[in-house]
Amino acid sequence: MTFALSLRGQRRKTRARRIPVSLIVGGAMLAIQLLLAVFPSVFAPYAPDSFDYNALMQPPSLAHLFGTDNFGRDVLSRVIHAYSVDMQIAFFATVLPFLFGTSIGAVIGYTGGLAETIFGRLVDAIITFPFLVLVIAIVAVLGPGLNNMYIAVGVVDWVFYARLAVAEVKVQKRLDYAEAGRAMGYSPARIVFRHLMPNIITPLIVYWMTDMALAILLGSSLGYLGLGAQPPIAEWGVQIADAKNFMGTAWWMSVFPGVAIVVAGLSFSLTGDGVAEKMRTRR
Amino acid sequence: MKAGLSLEVKNLSTTFETPLGAVTAVDGVSFDVHPGEVLGLVGESGSGKSVTLRSLIGLIHPPGKVTGQVTWNGQDLLSVPPGRLRRVRGGEIAMIFQEPMTALNPVLTVGLQVEENLRAHTALDRGQRRARAIELFDLVGIPDAKRRLENYPHQFSGGMRQRVMIAIALASNPKLLLADEPTTALDVTIQDQILKLILSLRDELQMGVVLVTHDLGVVAGTCDRIAVMYAGRIVESGSVLEIFDGPRHAYTRGLLASVPQAGAERGPLLAIEGTPPALSALPTGCAFGPRCSFANDACRATRPELAEIGPGRQVACLHHETVAASKGQFA
Amino acid sequence: MTDPTLISLEDVGKVFPMNSSLLRFMRGLPQSRVNALNGVTFEIRRGETVGIVGESGCGKSTLARCLVRLHDCDSGRIRFEGNDIAELEGANRRQFNRRVQMIFQDPYSSLNPRMRVRQILAEALSVHRMRPKAEIPARIAELLDTVRLPSDAADKFPHEFSGGQRQRIGIARALAVEPEVLVADELVSALDVSVQAQVVNLLLRLQTELGLTVVFVAHDLRLVRHISHRVVVMYLGRVVEIGPTERIFSAAAHPYTQALLAAAPEMDPRHRNTKPAARGELPSPLNLPPGCAFNTRCPLATGRCFTERPELRATEYGHMAACHLVDAHAVSA
Repeated sequence: MTFALSLRGQRRKTRARRIPVSLIVGGAMLAIQLLLAVFPSVFAPYAPDSFDYNALMQPPSLAHLFGTDNFGRDVLSRVIHAYSVDMQIAFFATVLPFLFGTSIGAVIGYTGGLAETIFGRLVDAIITFPFLVLVIAIVAVLGPGLNNMYIAVGVVDWVFYARLAVAEVKVQKRLDYAEAGRAMGYSPARIVFRHLMPNIITPLIVYWMTDMALAILLGSSLGYLGLGAQPPIAEWGVQIADAKNFMGTAWWMSVFPGVAIVVAGLSFSLTGDGVAEKMRTRR
Repeated sequence: MKAGLSLEVKNLSTTFETPLGAVTAVDGVSFDVHPGEVLGLVGESGSGKSVTLRSLIGLIHPPGKVTGQVTWNGQDLLSVPPGRLRRVRGGEIAMIFQEPMTALNPVLTVGLQVEENLRAHTALDRGQRRARAIELFDLVGIPDAKRRLENYPHQFSGGMRQRVMIAIALASNPKLLLADEPTTALDVTIQDQILKLILSLRDELQMGVVLVTHDLGVVAGTCDRIAVMYAGRIVESGSVLEIFDGPRHAYTRGLLASVPQAGAERGPLLAIEGTPPALSALPTGCAFGPRCSFANDACRATRPELAEIGPGRQVACLHHETVAASKGQFA
Repeated sequence: MTDPTLISLEDVGKVFPMNSSLLRFMRGLPQSRVNALNGVTFEIRRGETVGIVGESGCGKSTLARCLVRLHDCDSGRIRFEGNDIAELEGANRRQFNRRVQMIFQDPYSSLNPRMRVRQILAEALSVHRMRPKAEIPARIAELLDTVRLPSDAADKFPHEFSGGQRQRIGIARALAVEPEVLVADELVSALDVSVQAQVVNLLLRLQTELGLTVVFVAHDLRLVRHISHRVVVMYLGRVVEIGPTERIFSAAAHPYTQALLAAAPEMDPRHRNTKPAARGELPSPLNLPPGCAFNTRCPLATGRCFTERPELRATEYGHMAACHLVDAHAVSA
């Protein structure tokens, strides 16, 4: 309705000042977890791999808040130390696909033509396989371990960023400001990276946040399957794998790492939503 | 004047609750529409002209609130029960919109959409409805009516879609047609056709028409009387001849002067400086004051009320005599 | 520099392929195409304002985009100072891009929402090396003053301005590179009437002050009449009439121009017609009728109009129309 237009001036300012609740909550949760990831020994009551054969598979108690595992290791300490590993997985598995996929996607979207057709076929080929199966196959070839996992994820994952970037750029490049840049004689590189990029980056950052949550799940899954982080490293997936034989007798061994995965995923998702809300383009 | 129904609008106000407080989009608007007459509601974006039109027949959704009186056929449309209002709306009072593509249902044939309205507002049986639909398409100038009834909206051009909209509106033999910028999205030759169609239907069916537009050329060619709106209020009203000959509100005068006239090519146009105010931040006194070259302290202190200055002629300006006298300065 | 012709269009054609379907392809049908421009030929002279009018689909916006090389034409050529613009490379191409500037219709999408006004202007200045870095802030202030925007506008984002102000920013961006030609595509049609006049006045003033050549593409005949020296009337990708503004508005030769003028709402409430000026609608550009493209709507069309396409012919000096009947009815008009 027409009157809404004249209101915009006012509403805009209030929105700019307000930080979305999801960003505050998600950001705070992330900050705490990052703190745990960087200084695990400060917060963990025990060393992650100190065996205590006098306290095997103890249920949660004041001495061991999350209980102990079948080697008598403190579950809480292992969950905390796992933050270093899992947060690393979240970041390192996704940062290169994010940067590379976004850039290459923006270029492909802007160029169009043959490059876009070829890319389209590549996407079709890759999304035919379930993501996890593809990653497992690559890790199986390269051999287990965190670094090989990063490579495997990177080889596949950039495609999803690129696909999103292509779609966004194709919309934006039709807008007059991009045309104006061309009419001004600006170089394609300048138009893509200076003009279009800031306008397409929001959904990509949001996707990146969700992807980090997915990467944690993936890292844990691979850890669980023995293809990612290797025992005795404290990693949530590895922990759950260790716990699988004791599900009925010692639930705390698997539940607490599981909760950590959920909480980490949730905080990335919330942050992503908050970023989207905060960065929504104003016209 | 022939027998027919008149619409009387008294003190109509529409407010919207926003996070920043209530915003009055339409503020104390009063006007009449007589049978067979075209009333133009003229104004720029944000002047409240479309909101006024929608308020008349209860198309304002919460959190919008409409107050005042809209008398039609002896009843106040703002206080009748919803069922009765629905019968009036699309029945005795029909509305057409600026963008017919969004006002038509894309997945139903246009024939079905015409018949739907006939079913809601007439007692015709199936065969009669179909015959009437063909008749309506002929009336609004859609060639090959029988075949076209089977088409979907996307198979029509913009001008033809607007004709379909008008056919649907006419299905119920309305006594009053509300037209919200019906030609703004159309090309000039098509706009011309549609306006002429509305005028001829007005003559044939003795409908009253309220035409919302920002185009003064359309007003000059179509309307009998006009009401000029600015920031939610009517600032001037009267017959189209009187107003085009001698605008008495500085805003009307500025609007007319800002349209290029033949004979003054490449000369500077008399532009109104500045931009319309946001409804949430109206200046005190006359809303047009900050952009008005006639404004003085009195204009900033009090808001001028719409006052009768002749038969059927109203203006809300403290300096309307000066404005009228200054006409020669720029023409 | 004595040659008055700055830009010449020679038989310019532009074809847009429609979305081809696999089904069409397998049936061996040719891909359907829209001829947006068809043999457009005319000249633009140094320092004049050429108005290009026509209804939607007539190709006027495509033409504007071809003029600044946002589209490359598919046939014919556009010469700028005698050089084919399609062949410009490197530094020459950059020079061309600088000297011929476009201003866009939609003030809401033509400015990058993530850049401040200062960045928008500074970018134009630095990419084309218009000023040394140290002088850029002063030049930005000067530009804002030229388009009558307050100097604090520089540090705001586009969304903080009204439509009319954004068009001023667009004009400032174009002026930053000191162009010689401005191509304005529906410059004011998205603006409110009272604001339109402000922007039109600005354009008129800039043209006289800076000696610009202006190509003014619009559908509003009143506006075109007001600012143009010469008018080009287009219909379905072709020029149907071209001539000095007064001539076109007082003695239009082509029946389409006449219909267009008659259909344009007049500002005089005493002067009313009850009959529509033109019957029918635009035929689909996918299958143009043979002969004159206007023959489906023309009240005067004769047998010849349905078989033979009329070429542009001069009716008198500087006034040309593409109509078989042009001599006959130009006299009677």
